[in-house]
Amino acid sequence: MAEMAASGESPEILFWVGCAGSFDARAQKITRAFAEIMTAVGLNFAILGNEESCTGDPARRAGNEFLFQMSALQNIQTLDGYGVKKIVTACPHCFNTLKNEYPALGGNYEVVHHTQLLQELIDGGRIKIKEGGAFKGKRITYHDSCYLGRINGIYEAPRSVLAALDADLAEMKRSRANGLCCGAGGAQMWKEDEPGSKRINIERTEEALDQNPDIIAVNCPFCMTMMSDGVKAKEKQEDVMVYDLSELIVNAIVK
Amino acid sequence: MIQQILFVLVAAFALGYAWLNFMRVRRNILLGQDEQIGGNTGQRWRNVLLVAFGQRKMFKRWIPAVFHFFIYAAFLLTQIELIEIFIDGAAGRHRFFRPALGGFYTFLISFIEVLSVLALAATIIFLIRRNVLRIARFHKPEMKGWPFKDANIILYLEFALIICIFTMNSADMALHDNEYGFAISRFLSPVWSGASETTLHAAERFGWWGHILVVFAFLNYLPFSKHLHIVLAFPNTWYADLKPRGEMENMPAIMNEVKSMMGLGATEDAGAGMDEIPEFGANDVTGLSWKNLLDAYSCTECGRCTSVCPANLTGKKLSPRKVLMDIRDRAEEVGRNIATGDKSFAKDPEKPLGRDNYQDGKSLFDYITREEIHACTTCNACVEACPVLINPLDPILKLRRYEILTESAGPADWLPMLTASKTEGQPGR
Repeated sequence: MAEMAASGESPEILFWVGCAGSFDARAQKITRAFAEIMTAVGLNFAILGNEESCTGDPARRAGNEFLFQMSALQNIQTLDGYGVKKIVTACPHCFNTLKNEYPALGGNYEVVHHTQLLQELIDGGRIKIKEGGAFKGKRITYHDSCYLGRINGIYEAPRSVLAALDADLAEMKRSRANGLCCGAGGAQMWKEDEPGSKRINIERTEEALDQNPDIIAVNCPFCMTMMSDGVKAKEKQEDVMVYDLSELIVNAIVK
Repeated sequence: MIQQILFVLVAAFALGYAWLNFMRVRRNILLGQDEQIGGNTGQRWRNVLLVAFGQRKMFKRWIPAVFHFFIYAAFLLTQIELIEIFIDGAAGRHRFFRPALGGFYTFLISFIEVLSVLALAATIIFLIRRNVLRIARFHKPEMKGWPFKDANIILYLEFALIICIFTMNSADMALHDNEYGFAISRFLSPVWSGASETTLHAAERFGWWGHILVVFAFLNYLPFSKHLHIVLAFPNTWYADLKPRGEMENMPAIMNEVKSMMGLGATEDAGAGMDEIPEFGANDVTGLSWKNLLDAYSCTECGRCTSVCPANLTGKKLSPRKVLMDIRDRAEEVGRNIATGDKSFAKDPEKPLGRDNYQDGKSLFDYITREEIHACTTCNACVEACPVLINPLDPILKLRRYEILTESAGPADWLPMLTASKTEGQPGR
């Protein structure tokens, strides 16, 4: 973003990468896949790089409003400094905080989740899916993340993206508004589960595996961690892959 | 004449005593912090009409929804009959509406009778669901003891009410040569064949008095029971939060503090209210919003929230329903203590006891453990599940805020994340 601004350019959209997409080895692949798609369709985007800090979601949900305000106000300063109007992110937590919580602090942007942008690009014909692609006939079950689904009401965009793959889609018993959490939200990602009979990600993974999927599709880097760990714990990592939607699309597009 | 006097006396006592206790509930709800809730009346009416009157969210689980609807519809329509009972009782009349309404009266009472049969079936099914089938959500730890009895008492009262209605109507029909033609009682009145007029009259009076006495008992039971939802569901849906679900309530005091720290020209009221050491979040009902307390009193302990809570489903202690029950029980305790006027509960004995001048050495944390609030994933499944738009998540987050901001405590696991967020701008892994 800094380089673009220096040369007087302004991108169509800012890609908000988020902590997982930046630093988690598995989630970096999601970042790369999504960036590759945007490049392939010729979408002019930028990232903040080192100037991006955490949106403040985990701190706020842990209860640390002070830290949230520090992160958020700093980010708003940065975003406004570059005159950012539109943001896309591959993380539903960043998406929710940027979209729903920054306005109260004076940060107003058009924020979309990457699955919404993917849907737009597919519907607009900018992304072309290969005929008889890699996923034809594969059984995919889609996990609604809480922050995209129940909290922001986005159920159809990711499903319509998946439908474009010509795969065999299987819904889990609890889906859409009734979807079960993966266990990572509310800053749980950064702590051990409280004592109980089972980990939440195991409960959800078992439900996904009930559908005998080849692929569990997710839209959130934290769900990715939770579901991948679940699949490993159930020793199914040879049979079942966990992918973000952008990773599925990048392997199916006509480049 | 004796019956008239008796009726007026009983009614005056029942209504008066109920009024006092409803006012007690109102007073307890107002122990919460003031919060302006208004605007967008269109959406608020939609919530009241669709969610409260229309019971839309109940139908996410259609089996209990259908049976609940029977009881609800019977309850609503019986109010018409209740008006007549009041007039008859006070004026010494008999079926006051009948002459004026004629055939429509027969239809109306018949309709109520049909609904009452459906409600009777529903009551029996609900008793079976609770006591025989032992549906899991009715048998969580927080339902042990009084809450479980409470639910059964209400069902028994409903049962008694319906039995009284049919005793009254069928005996009354037998007394009047079956000329009323009520849809269900016409099949019941042959039971009375051969009975003397005195017996019939006694049975009719028994049903009539039984009905109204159960109604009065029910009315006075409500403010002591989880069953208050039949009243509070309406204001609770009206005052339901309309902002996006994912938006946590902003804390302007902290925002302005941080702004001035960052040299961002804090807005005019920076520092306002910061004269004394501020308390952030809530550790007691007096720190929650009055809406959180209205939520707690609106809860009928159905447990739909708890049955979809990922933490509860995997054996953690957190149960959103328990959080609400604890808030209500604590509000009862604080309200009761304040009502005693005992100065040992005052922070400042010079001032009158009240929301801002109360301490008893206890807090909500004596009811809700840290382990419970730490288990929440903020997934909003509980918020989505509630049929009367209660938000169990909001008080959990306020307790978390208190723990971190006021006590500087919280799960040790979070320290590296919070430290990294502060120093590196990223929560780390």
